Order: sequence, then structure tokens, then C-alpha cells
Amino acid sequence: MSGILTYVLHYQGEFNKNSLGAVTEAGKLAKELGGEAAAVVVGEGDDLTDDLCASLGKYGATKVYRARGPEGLAQPVVDVMAKVIEENGYDYALFGGGLLGFEIGAGLTARLNAGVTMEVTEVKVQDGKLVADRPILQDSAIAEVDYVGTPGIIIGRLNAFEMAESGDGAASVEDVEVELSDWSTKARMIERGEQRGADVNIEDADILVAGGRGLGKAEGFQLCEDLADALGGAVAATRAVVDAGWYPYAAQIGQTGKTVAPKLYLAAGISGAIQHKVGMQSSENIVAINKDPNAPIFEFSDLGIVGDLNKILPKLTEAVKAKKGG
Amino acid sequence: MKICVLVKEVPDAAVEKRMDPSTKRLDRSGEKNLNPFDTHAIEAAMQIKEGGKADIEEVVAVTMGPESAVRALHKAVSLGADRSVHLTDDALAVSDVCATGYALAQVLKQEQPDLVLLGQQSDDGECYTIGAVVADHLQMPSLTQVIKMDAEGGKLRCERQAEYGYDTVEVELPAVISVGDAINEPRYPSLKAIMGAKKKPLDTKSTGDAEIDTSRVGSEGKRTAVLAINPPPEKEAGQIIEDEDTGETVEKIVAWLDERKLLA
Ligand SMILES: Cc1cc2nc3c(=O)[nH]c(=O)nc-3n(C[C@H](O)[C@H](O)[C@H](O)COP(=O)(O)OP(=O)(O)OC[C@H]3O[C@@H](n4cnc5c(N)ncnc54)[C@H](O)[C@@H]3O)c2cc1C
Ligand SMILES: Nc1ncnc2c1ncn2[C@@H]1O[C@H](COP(=O)(O)O)[C@@H](O)[C@H]1O
Repeated sequence: MSGILTYVLHYQGEFNKNSLGAVTEAGKLAKELGGEAAAVVVGEGDDLTDDLCASLGKYGATKVYRARGPEGLAQPVVDVMAKVIEENGYDYALFGGGLLGFEIGAGLTARLNAGVTMEVTEVKVQDGKLVADRPILQDSAIAEVDYVGTPGIIIGRLNAFEMAESGDGAASVEDVEVELSDWSTKARMIERGEQRGADVNIEDADILVAGGRGLGKAEGFQLCEDLADALGGAVAATRAVVDAGWYPYAAQIGQTGKTVAPKLYLAAGISGAIQHKVGMQSSENIVAINKDPNAPIFEFSDLGIVGDLNKILPKLTEAVKAKKGG
Repeated sequence: MKICVLVKEVPDAAVEKRMDPSTKRLDRSGEKNLNPFDTHAIEAAMQIKEGGKADIEEVVAVTMGPESAVRALHKAVSLGADRSVHLTDDALAVSDVCATGYALAQVLKQEQPDLVLLGQQSDDGECYTIGAVVADHLQMPSLTQVIKMDAEGGKLRCERQAEYGYDTVEVELPAVISVGDAINEPRYPSLKAIMGAKKKPLDTKSTGDAEIDTSRVGSEGKRTAVLAINPPPEKEAGQIIEDEDTGETVEKIVAWLDERKLLA
């Protein structure tokens, strides 16, 4: 029997949407393979109740393995998943993207001497085995990859696997006792989920003006704010500038930020890294201003302007105001 | 304390990267350079060394790659590493993530570092995974994407952005840390350091020297197989405006937005 094991991340009593996407995908693939989809959850509090765990059945998991362990760190989950895979013989481990998925998948690769693919956008069943589509070289080509031996580890790209209820019933829940490896206990969470900067709302905006490192300094965001005001939109940011403290975390788009799909996404001084793209590529209209004609963002923008944002943004703001006023 | 920094030689950012359709591997001809993400790892090592809170005896740059990869080591040394180790062997060619992580870990076991630093991603491979693979083999705690790191008393206090905001994690040494590119602004090497780089000690190792089981690396050790390389789904190319006369450019943008009823 060919089973698929996923890890489901939770935070404050709620499952992560991308993890639920992975469970949905695993459920679909397992049915095609004629095996079962199971999930692993790891937590230290009381929020992983029987009911909550069993509810993963709705997305296609038939079984849920629940273990006690620290939250928000990858290595304890590697211990749990390695044990579950070794004892129950799952052929694949599937992750829904995100930081922990990468770290856990990588850890399992080492522990089980297993093949791994990452940033996977699609998984297919071929001759009773899974084949992963893995975009490479900044999405300029797609490698079709399969696995030699088991298990195979698949780390999905953020938002690649959509969560959907499968109509299946509750999953059975089994507690597993796992002794954590010595080194898995040597990282300790001091503070988790700190929100840095103001709490801005960008998810409801029809128009987003997004700024990146090309703005040059924190004050550069004024150019984006002025344009956003003129357009009647809000301001968003890349991780590079959020990490640098130029703009609040709540405005970050991408893999470890928000996913948005506004009517207009105007990107200024943003290179268009994959981890940013995954959070905004479904926008209806994408406009990019970048001085580098080879910037990856031009590969997926509808209108690209090769030029200096310091020259263009102020004039654009004036022109939009004039047009709207007139 | 000893720090090992993992570095890799990658095609220069200005070179168009492409796949060789016959071998299904990256075409590695053309200009090459030190993976830019690794310069942040070297800089992080130098800042710990110069920061004075931890006593750093040496910073060692480590790479696995063909003969030419020695240039990445020279670059790493010119940025401050004291010496370097080059793992190179025909048996290692075409190693996948699983094999590369194992092989690098075997070299690191011989070095016995207190801290292993590496970049968040290789510019060509974009796998984001080598750090966690190496850490499991070395049985060390590990974090990736670290953007702030303070070493004190055998521990590291690290910050990084994870799925729900910023996490602060304390990690006991020895540890493996991959750093994000927001952690620092790498320095430029001085001319003197560039000139002197080739004189610093360089240790070249084969798989035998590093006690690597060759059935676990290269084509023999492959745990993944590339079946095909396909073009991405067709997307209609967007319109491009080169900004020459900004007044004109802005007019065109406004017209474009207006046509799509975005200025209502
Ligand atoms: C696991 C992981 C998760 C990540 N999560 C996220 C995430 O959630 N969100 C995210 O955004 N990133 C994320 N990243 C980081 C991502 O890979 C990029 O590093 C980041 O998006 C780059 O931000 P940027 O475009 O602002 O900066 P850069 O890549 O430095 O690009 C700046 C651009 O500005 C242009 N420019 C400079 N000056 C001017 C000027 N005067 N006029 C016009 N253009 C100019 C340059 O040509 C360049 O293209 C993640 C990375 C990893 C590994
Ligand atoms: N062949 C290699 N030799 C040394 N270090 C490597 C090698 N491949 C990857 N790395 C390190 O691992 C990091 C992440 O690479 P990757 O997981 O391939 O994206 C890089 O920034 C390097 O520091």
C-alpha cells in the first residue's frame, strides 16, 4: 500500500491553510494511488483536541498521528515523522510550502536518505508513482522529477495545493510517543509570532502599491504612499524591506507574508523573487517599475516600465490626481 | 570557537542560466562567481569574530564542487576566511540535495566546527534545504532564514520571520544556521586581500579523504531522477516601456490604467 504522510502546522488552535492544502492534495493523490493519506500534528498545549484532529478527515486524511513536542520548530517534527514513516511505511511525505515545510522536509531527507523536490507546483500519478513538477532557474523551465526508492519528499510551493473539503468523514486519531533526538531539544522558542510595526490592512484593498528594496531607504515609502492615496489603494511591501525595518510586517506579501489578488498590483523597486511572486501572482493587473531590464518581475507583469522609480513615481502620482480630478 | 562557512560557485547573475537538454543539467559554461547569498554568511562570521563577544580562532570556508570551484574559496578568503577546504571528486558529480548534504556533512565532521553558517539559497539550485540536511547528519540544532544573530556564552540568540510573524529562538552550540540576505550588508574585499587569497591554506579532499560512502553520492546515490525538462506554461508577454521621457511614460501608464478602468 502506498501512503502519503503530511505535516499539519497549527497556531493558536487553528490549522494552517497551506497545510490543509497539502492534506487535500495528499487525499486526492492517495485515492489515485490506492493508498491512504495521513497527517502528523505536533503540539505542547491542549489545543490539539480529538475533534480538531479528527476534522482533518474532511480534507481527505484518514488518520492523524498526534505527538507532544515544541511548536514552531522543525527538528522535533522530523523526529515524529521519521518514526511514523519507519513504523508504518509511508511512501511519500508532502508539505504545503512555508518555512517549516522546507526545514522538516530537508531534515527527513537526511534522516531517511530520501529524495526531495521543492517549490513543487504540481504532483501527478504515473505508473503507480508520484511525479513532481519542480520549476527551476527562476521559473524559466519545469523539471519533471520522480523518486528513486522510498520515501519521496515533496515540498510544495506556497498556494500550489488548494484546500478543499473532500466529503470524507472524521479521521481516526492516534497518539504517538516519540523520544526527541538530543539535538532537537537544543533550539528553544523564546518568542513566537511577533508582529512588527503597525497593523495595516491590505487584504481588502482593490489597489496595492508595493515597494521593495529599490526604494533605497525607509523614507522612500512616502512615494508609494502618495501614489496609493491618489489611486485610492493601500501600500504593501517585500520581505527584504520588512526585515530591514522600513515597513510593517502586516503589509508583507509573499511566502511568509500575505497572499493577495487585487485588481491592480503596482510594484516599485521589487525584483520579483519567487517567494514574493507566490503572494501576488493572481492579481488581475500587474504593473512593475524597475531600473533593471532583466528583473524577473517583468516576466510576469502585464505592464513593465524600465526606469528609475524616483523619477517616475512622483510624476505618476501627479498625473493620476489630475486625471481623477478632471 | 571555530566557524565553518559553506560556499558555492554559481553562474554569474548576469549570465543567462539554461539547461543543457541532453544532460538535463545546468549548463555551467560562462562566467562564474561566489553565490551572492553566501557572502552574507561570510559577513555574519566576520561580524561574530570582530564583535568580541565570542572568541573565534578561525573561519574556514568549505565547498564541494569541480576544480573551478576553488575560485569561490579564494573569494571567501578575500572576504575574511582564514583558510578553506575543497571537496572535489568525479564521484560527486550530479549529486542531488540528499547526496550533497551528506557529503558536506562528512567534511564538516572532520573539521568539528562550533558553528556552521551558510546562505539561504544557492543562486542556481534554489533549494533552500542544504542547511537542514547538513544539520541532521551532524546531529546539531538548526535554523534557516536567520536575520539577526547574537553569540553569547555557547548560545546563539536568533531572529527570523516564520509563518506567523517574527520568532526569536535560542540555539545551543554547536549549530547550523542559514542566514537570510537581510542579516547584513557584505563588505567588499580589499585589493590586498584579493591578492593574498591564493596564499592562504587550502585543503583539497577526495571522497576517500572525507570518508564518504561513494554509493550514497553522485549518479550512484541519486534519490531523485529528472524525467524531463519542460518549458513553463505560455504566458502572454506583458507590454514594456523604456522610460526615456518620463512625462510621456507617465501618460502611457495613465492611459493603460484608464483603459482597464482602474482610475475610476
Ligand atoms: C523561505 C523564504 C521566504 C521568503 N518569503 C518572502 C516573502 O514572504 N515576501 C517577500 O517579498 N520575499 C520573501 N523572501 C525573500 C525573497 O527571496 C527576496 O529576497 C525579496 O522578495 C526581495 O525583495 P525586493 O524585491 O524588495 O529586493 P531586491 O531583490 O533587492 O530587488 C530590488 C529591486 O529594485 C530595483 N531598483 C533598485 N533601485 C531602483 C530604482 N531607483 N528604480 C527602480 N528600480 C530600482 C533593482 O533593480 C531590484 O530589481 C523569502 C525568501 C525565502 C528564502
Ligand atoms: N556544493 C556546495 N558546496 C558548499 N556549500 C553549498 C553547496 N551547495 C549548497 N551549499 C550551501 O547551501 C546553501 C543553500 O543552498 P541550496 O539549498 O542549494 O539553495 C548555499 O547558500 C551554500 O551556502
